[in-house]
Amino acid sequence: MPLTPEQKKELEAQLETFVGKPIGPAKAGRDAVNEPMIRSWCDAMGDANPAYLDPAAAKDSVHGGIVAPPAMLQAWTMIGWDMHRGYDEPTNEEQRLHKLLTDNGYTGVVGTNTAQGYTRYLRPGDTVTAETVIESISEEKATALGIGYFIVTRTTFSDQDAEEVGWMTFRVLKYIPAQQPQAAASDAGGAPAVPGRIRPPMGHDNAWWWNAVADGILPIQTCNACGAHHHPPRPMCGECRSMDLGFIESTGQGTVHTFTVIRHPQFPGYDFPILAALIDLEEGVRIVSNVVGCDPGDVHIGMAVEAFIHEDEDGFKLPLFRPVK
Amino acid sequence: MSASIRFDDVKVGQELPPLDVPLTAAIVVGGAIASRDYTPVHHDRGAAQAQGLSDVIMNILTTNGYVSRYVTDWAGPDARVRGLEVKLGAPNMPGDTMKMTGRVTSAENGSVEVEVVGKNGWGNHVEGTVTVDLPTGA
Repeated sequence: MPLTPEQKKELEAQLETFVGKPIGPAKAGRDAVNEPMIRSWCDAMGDANPAYLDPAAAKDSVHGGIVAPPAMLQAWTMIGWDMHRGYDEPTNEEQRLHKLLTDNGYTGVVGTNTAQGYTRYLRPGDTVTAETVIESISEEKATALGIGYFIVTRTTFSDQDAEEVGWMTFRVLKYIPAQQPQAAASDAGGAPAVPGRIRPPMGHDNAWWWNAVADGILPIQTCNACGAHHHPPRPMCGECRSMDLGFIESTGQGTVHTFTVIRHPQFPGYDFPILAALIDLEEGVRIVSNVVGCDPGDVHIGMAVEAFIHEDEDGFKLPLFRPVK
Repeated sequence: MSASIRFDDVKVGQELPPLDVPLTAAIVVGGAIASRDYTPVHHDRGAAQAQGLSDVIMNILTTNGYVSRYVTDWAGPDARVRGLEVKLGAPNMPGDTMKMTGRVTSAENGSVEVEVVGKNGWGNHVEGTVTVDLPTGA
């Protein structure tokens, strides 16, 4: 169940208290930098760099001896085994933050960005200590995986002499998993299914519109009191404040008011380039959609277009526009 | 591994040799365990599916490892990696292939920035930048 606005406000007030907090005391790595862990890392990464693996060649390199792959920086202070249990009983502030979100339905977690700086290469025998602060928590965002909050942490790594050896920022999304029928589709194994279009949010004020589209028409909301047309649908007429609203079926005839061509970033589930346009329908409302069936270079402002109901492979329907022949 | 690239031989715009990484459960799970990341979505398919994913997904540390390795494979053992920055997109899962490409975007004072893209069947898994110091002079 989605949170009520009051519950969300309370959650966000609690989230705010975590910003700027160290997640706990400085954490020493369980093991000193060591060659067995370096070799396991290189196995999994397919990394044959002799600076990590071959003592003689490493001695002749600029490193003067075996060094750890710099990207292992974070591995030296990972919690390890206990992570598989999840955070039912959180032991630090970051886990408490994650649990707070999990308990509110934001059960998913995925890393989205990281940056690392390496002050020096680590060598076998070095010990690494990490100090992490919760740097920021975003507003709630809609993403392909579901709605959620982005959390950024900043970690400083230091060695046995308390000298900084590197730093890291790490950004994760804690989210409410969206329904993904395509995940089930590939349960049988094999290559992962390609995700489909991100579904529009549907609520009390607009689900009826999408249901009408699914029935094959392009609806336009109308006010039963004053006759005004609205798009997108809303709970109250902006002209006369009546809440007695209905709809008419649009003829689908319109002209391009303006448009843009989206080439990047390329999300999975869409065909690029995307021609996103504002269409003036002849009933006097403006609608955001895509113009398809022609080269992006051939689209122009004022161009006559007509609507049709497009059906995605997974059965989802939406109105798109094409040039009038 | 061939000898290291020297800074003076690098030109902005230069492309790195592409690398195809066939993604297996061994890479995804092995990378998570080698980085001591026991978060269930990286080794437990059931836990991944409970989050709406179709299979286990590569963890960020492994992605970092591949991005860094991709650049040092090209640059050689005398390169010193100074930093990396990555943005994660489509998850890497067993059965897919990550196609890695790279391009030098800056070369100044012995230091080179390489833009790296790892693309899988869904789209870009990773877009990142690696900063690496290369040997200078003769």
